[in-house]
Amino acid sequence: MSDTHEHSIAFVRTTEIAQQPAPLNAAGPVKWMRDNLFATWANALLTVAAAYVLFLLISSTLPWIWGGLWTTSSLSECREILQGQSAACFSVLTERWNQLLFGFKYPAEFYWRPTVALVLMFFALAPVLFFDLPRKLLIITALFPFAAYWLIWGGTIWTPLFAMLGFVVGYFVYARYVSNNFALGFFGGVAAAIVTWYLSGFIVSAIAPSQPLLAAVPSRDLGGFMLNLMLGLTCVSLSIPLGIALALGRQSSMPLIKWVCVIFIEFIRGVPLITLLFVASVMLAYFFPPEATVDLFLRVVIMITMFSAAYIAEVIRGGLAALPKGQYEAADSLGLDYAQAMRLIILPQALKISIPGIVNIAVGLFKDTTLVSVISMFDLVGMIRGPILASTDWNGVYWELLGFAAVLFFIVCYGISQYSQWLERRLATDHR
Amino acid sequence: MKKSIILGALTIAGLSAVAASAATVDDVKARGTLNCGVTTGLVGFAAPDANGEWVGFDVAVCRAVAAAVLGDATAVEFIPTTGKTRFTALSSGEIDLLARNTTWTFSRDTDLKFDFVGVNYYDGQGFLVPKALGVSSAKDLDGATVCIQTGTTTELNLADFFRANNISYEPVPIETNAEAIQQYLAGACDAYTTDASGLAASRATFETPGDHVILPEIVSKEPLGPVVRHGDNDWGDIVMWTLNALITAEELGVTSANVAEMVTSTTNPEVARLLGTEGDLGAMIGLDAEWAKRAIETQGNYGEIFAKNIGEETPIGLARGLNAQWTNGGLLYSPPFR
Repeated sequence: MSDTHEHSIAFVRTTEIAQQPAPLNAAGPVKWMRDNLFATWANALLTVAAAYVLFLLISSTLPWIWGGLWTTSSLSECREILQGQSAACFSVLTERWNQLLFGFKYPAEFYWRPTVALVLMFFALAPVLFFDLPRKLLIITALFPFAAYWLIWGGTIWTPLFAMLGFVVGYFVYARYVSNNFALGFFGGVAAAIVTWYLSGFIVSAIAPSQPLLAAVPSRDLGGFMLNLMLGLTCVSLSIPLGIALALGRQSSMPLIKWVCVIFIEFIRGVPLITLLFVASVMLAYFFPPEATVDLFLRVVIMITMFSAAYIAEVIRGGLAALPKGQYEAADSLGLDYAQAMRLIILPQALKISIPGIVNIAVGLFKDTTLVSVISMFDLVGMIRGPILASTDWNGVYWELLGFAAVLFFIVCYGISQYSQWLERRLATDHR
Repeated sequence: MKKSIILGALTIAGLSAVAASAATVDDVKARGTLNCGVTTGLVGFAAPDANGEWVGFDVAVCRAVAAAVLGDATAVEFIPTTGKTRFTALSSGEIDLLARNTTWTFSRDTDLKFDFVGVNYYDGQGFLVPKALGVSSAKDLDGATVCIQTGTTTELNLADFFRANNISYEPVPIETNAEAIQQYLAGACDAYTTDASGLAASRATFETPGDHVILPEIVSKEPLGPVVRHGDNDWGDIVMWTLNALITAEELGVTSANVAEMVTSTTNPEVARLLGTEGDLGAMIGLDAEWAKRAIETQGNYGEIFAKNIGEETPIGLARGLNAQWTNGGLLYSPPFR
């Protein structure tokens, strides 16, 4: 065959042409732009308009940020240096940095204590969030609340130690009796813990040294972003177990438990959070003598926890309702009792379905902690709105301070959201 | 069962409220600190500085009372209160004294069961306008748009003023002071109205304060003063006369700088009575002889406190105006120390 056309055709290529790059308008960024930005006339117009708006935004904010001043000592000094030019006055952040993070009353020489607690927090959270890590790390998690309490509030170390003892005693009583009867074990454990705490109250006051290793800091002195983080972490970690209990209680066949849970959830959901906070800060003060008030931080934690637990309960109820009835029946047919069925079959699936909803509420809760500024607690927003904007030096600085608050909150909330997406991918066992 | 708990708690609250109001001065002395309610932050009146120390015009009243009663102007626990929490904090006994630019009104004094023991700042509602508007009197504001904080007495005062002068206006309702300032600077309204001291403090934060003027008309009375619980007159007397001591000290020329020297050198019998070298005024209110001297020594007299925190040398730049001594045409008139 090869000879056939040897003379009838002037040239026959004997080797393959090397692969050519695609034409410029059919690949690479040009093609991407044609497909995505300028596909039709309408799209092209929208692209140009959007680019123009972006240009306006960036060209006005970037010089404002780059030209920002970091070292002046007051707003008027900033303005003197800028001479009418538009630029940020970030000096307020550098000068009031510690106040923004720790509040204005936390003693400066103790700033390392909450910082250490923050670092410990990452170690404590890691085994809970990433369950591929060795389970032994959970010991850190169990110890963390007591260590953090001791670091942040200070005072005698016996208080957190005896608080921990109460939990241990409660657990042993529970473990001893739960095999006979769940209710006996549960309530016996709670009662044992309470008795331990009550007794240790006397012991602690008797053996507490007059000069504790870490000086005590009252709750009123807490503030800044530290307060937001503390409220957010405490309330989220308390309200998820409470929310699960409420959701299961609402489905219970025992009328008493069912109705207690229903009334609690519906009542709390029917009341705005700000109302609960006012009750915590203002109304409760009437019910206690002035000397014997419950700590304001604790009151706020209780109120926010109740609030978010009611919402989480409803999210989890949605997850439980989404499970096919066959799952419950399968558990029953295997001969599992209620606790086993819930722990091994129902809850793992229901909670997986509920993750986006729970994360949604956790993010909302974290942002809602700024509401405590209206009951005169100085969280990050309270510090900005109150002391910093009311000082003669910094009255009138809005964008820089509120922008800083927005950045801090964004970092945390975006982190939570990314984690939840990772968790959903990690737990994806279906074959969609 | 719930009901009985609530009733029991109410009973306890009632009992404790009585117990707290029985002898505030004894409570304060036993505790060693004065619990003083202040704002969560108002320029010049009360705000913590970069070191977390509270400073301001209202703060000085707290410190003067602490100096008089406890002998230590720093023995004050400042309890920040919002406009919504201030009165419950006082009536529940959480604070001994409220020094939080609170207007003295009939219903607060009687219905809420408080006592206003005096006035430390005579305020009133004023108008802030841009100079470019070319207005020199609030009566020229016919047809103007006015930014106003909703739900305040200033809203009602504004309506009264314009109706009384038979001129029209268009209100622009705004929620907070910060928002109002933004709207005003953006030109959303021709004028902004609130308490004159607040206007001056806000104007001080503008980039070009000189382009804005506060009109001379003051359309309401806002006497601001320290408040105590009704029914504990001994404590009320102590706060009232501490404030009067500061005012009298300015009238008699006693300052923080010369008070030590005045104690020995004065020939004025009223100064001698005030500073405790003559008579026993301190004993009459259950304090020692040098109570007023300590208050003046640590805080300065009324004029010094005013000049240091909100006076014309500060960025806020308030003139004395109504808050001058009666001898200078103002309203400050302390009863005599006799």
